[in-house]
Amino acid sequence: MSGACTADEMMAVAAARMLRDGDVCFVGIGLPSQAANLARRTHAPRLVLVYESGTIGAKPTRLPLSIGDGELAETADAVVSVPEIFAYWLQGGRIDVGFLGAAQIDRFGNLNSTVIGPYERPRVRLPGAGGAPEIAALCRSTLVVMRQSPRSFVERLDFRSSVGCGDGPGDRARLGLRGAGVTAVVTDLGVLEPDPETCELTLTRLHPGVGAEEARAATGWPLRLGADLAESDPPSQAELDALRALTSAGDGAASA
Amino acid sequence: MADIVPLSAAVEGLVRDGDTVALEGFTHLIPHAAGHEIVRQGRRHLTLVRMTPDVVYDQLIGMGCARRLVFSWGGNPGVGSLHRLRDAVERDWPAPLELEEHSHAGMAARYAAGAANLPFGVLRGYAGTDLPAVTRSIATVTCPFTGEELAAVSALRPDVGVIHAQQADREGNVQLWGIVGVQKEAVLASARSIATVEEIVPELERRPGGVVIPGWAVDAVALAPGGAHPSYAHGYYDRDNAFYVRWDAISRDRERFLAWMERHVRQTADVGEYHRSLAELAA
Repeated sequence: MSGACTADEMMAVAAARMLRDGDVCFVGIGLPSQAANLARRTHAPRLVLVYESGTIGAKPTRLPLSIGDGELAETADAVVSVPEIFAYWLQGGRIDVGFLGAAQIDRFGNLNSTVIGPYERPRVRLPGAGGAPEIAALCRSTLVVMRQSPRSFVERLDFRSSVGCGDGPGDRARLGLRGAGVTAVVTDLGVLEPDPETCELTLTRLHPGVGAEEARAATGWPLRLGADLAESDPPSQAELDALRALTSAGDGAASA
Repeated sequence: MADIVPLSAAVEGLVRDGDTVALEGFTHLIPHAAGHEIVRQGRRHLTLVRMTPDVVYDQLIGMGCARRLVFSWGGNPGVGSLHRLRDAVERDWPAPLELEEHSHAGMAARYAAGAANLPFGVLRGYAGTDLPAVTRSIATVTCPFTGEELAAVSALRPDVGVIHAQQADREGNVQLWGIVGVQKEAVLASARSIATVEEIVPELERRPGGVVIPGWAVDAVALAPGGAHPSYAHGYYDRDNAFYVRWDAISRDRERFLAWMERHVRQTADVGEYHRSLAELAA
């Protein structure tokens, strides 16, 4: 690895690499926004960033704290209303990739961002689903980025906020969901992808220095390893420089 | 034509105990000054409607104004939890809070249906999620033309819609620009409406992408410069991201929250005094 790089930095770089130049990406706040902005600064300068605030083609110079920071509107190709962004652009089928985080994920890539514990009396009331249910339903594909631990990669979700592969093969078609669903989950340990036959998330890549046992221990279901388990390329110096410039600018804005 | 009145008179005349009230503004132009005035006037038992409750509803919930919350994403954007919202849901403090929970797409469809005087909105949404099981205002409807099953969501018809905009003219015509969110729909879906503004100008200068709401569609317009803080007003001032970060610690503790609200909201008369009290704190 080129110098010292944290697991979070490796995760951000691996997530950014999932985006292709020219993709139209519906971006969630937090880790997804960080990765999407990194991609636009490195290999994907023509990546189109769409935020649920109605900003289409935003080109922020620093990492936004919220999905509605003023700079997103100032740099956007178009600013539309919230009903329009969801109805015409997302539901209209114009988004290639949805990029989400969550508090919990299960083996079929279903996501929980609503509650930990029972809904009526939760131990932790999370913010809620926001734009995610329809992003996960309607984008051509969905990427997830989240830190991997037994608390977050669970056998059973406390609440299903957004659908990956539902209960298994064929479930998305049965539910009338048009997009492919979750096609990759990027974590601080590696990358998981759904098995083409069973839809079960399977470890297909490990980040440098991470062992398969570590990934298994961080997963709440018996994690299967892909037949062609590969190792991620370490971040290049250019990727790390771009990421650090982005996050330090973002931190500066938050504490100014 | 909208009456141009002090904000205190607008809230006193148009917001009643037990009302369903929607304060809208998607990250941008959040009507904080109006929320503060509702706290000062001690409104109770409100049903609060808002896609993203944000700090403004954290304050109203923590001050005991709300009985029920209708929403789709209740966090402190980019920071974490809304601690007053969590305390109400997890521990009934200061009072139990009933939730009616949707997705953003569903809430947007509900406002649009309300503005269009339809009983429900239609969308491709919610299928396969647990939300329909916990939210009675989500159902399904069969398309009469294709037979396809779609999500139906009941229309939102608040008693009062409240927004913040950059400008009004002397006739009460209101213009907002930048991220325009769902404010037009919120005003048109509501039986009564209040718009606070950064300034009142002799004549509106039309802005690219600007939304103009004619004065005859708004009940009251009130001057409230800085009235979106800690949210922002495009062209006037930036989002106070540092405040959102600080709110995490202020709101985490019940006593500290109450002391903050007492000093900066209840003991201030209006938005001008609110800003002066924050400036004194920083000095």
